Amino acid sequence: MSTIQPRVEPPVSDELALVQAAKGGDVAAFEELVRRYDRNVFRIAQHITQNREDAEDVVQDAFLKAYTNLGQFQGQSKFYTWLVRIAVNEALMKLRRRRPERTVSLDEEVKTEDDSLPREVADWSPNPEQQYSQAELREILTRTIQGLPPGFRTVFVLRDVEGLSTEETAEALDLSIPAVKSRLLRARLQLRERLSRFFQKRESGDGNK
Amino acid sequence: MKCSEFLQELTNYLDGVIDDRTKSELEDHLAWCHNCYVVCDTTKKTIEIYRDSQLYELPEDLRTRLRSAIVSKCQQHKKTGPQSV
Repeated sequence: MSTIQPRVEPPVSDELALVQAAKGGDVAAFEELVRRYDRNVFRIAQHITQNREDAEDVVQDAFLKAYTNLGQFQGQSKFYTWLVRIAVNEALMKLRRRRPERTVSLDEEVKTEDDSLPREVADWSPNPEQQYSQAELREILTRTIQGLPPGFRTVFVLRDVEGLSTEETAEALDLSIPAVKSRLLRARLQLRERLSRFFQKRESGDGNK
Repeated sequence: MKCSEFLQELTNYLDGVIDDRTKSELEDHLAWCHNCYVVCDTTKKTIEIYRDSQLYELPEDLRTRLRSAIVSKCQQHKKTGPQSV
């Protein structure tokens, strides 16, 4: 079985030059950085907040915060990783404001070990996503990932959707590498478990639930 | 290798970050354990489906609007200093 291929990353060789120019007050250089990463920040923000308006606010607030704090960016990490860290914090603040009754933290320890043990081991159809229309598939994927705790969801989105490395994810979320790995495993297994209901082979019985 | 041990290594295996010896132990296990094979295969599909899903794409008109708002706030910040933002 082959391994997962990461998304191809855009070249970042001129990025430090853009950051330097932006630090010196060149707004056009900063705009180019916005252009490179606004889609990613929006996706991450919407995955965390699960709210379109909040995600729009997060995009604006995160880039503005990045611009005004560029002096603190030391260049030891990638600009993108540094930006993601800001965006995740902004998004978590939004989520906390909307759900004050629930504690929202990336540090939450989630249940016991058993919640990730596979129970559903029926095989999937060869092209499971083709069983559904685009709109249905989108609904299934959205609802499924929204069911994960924020701490798991965020790790999965950064690692598997946005293609950050384990080290970059740990840095962006201020987590240890073992914590990122353990959350990623559990997030992947929980998503798999939940998607199995929709994607398993029809002839095995209750694949249409 | 037990199924629980296989599961512990699943993420490293899918990400291709394990040593050759562990990898061949995992693949030996996969060769006879159908359940773990299915779990491994469907976990890989889960990741691929999400990665390719294009959930939450930023529409071009909203993108332009957000970008000009950001740029104008940055310019304002540049002109009048941090206290105005």
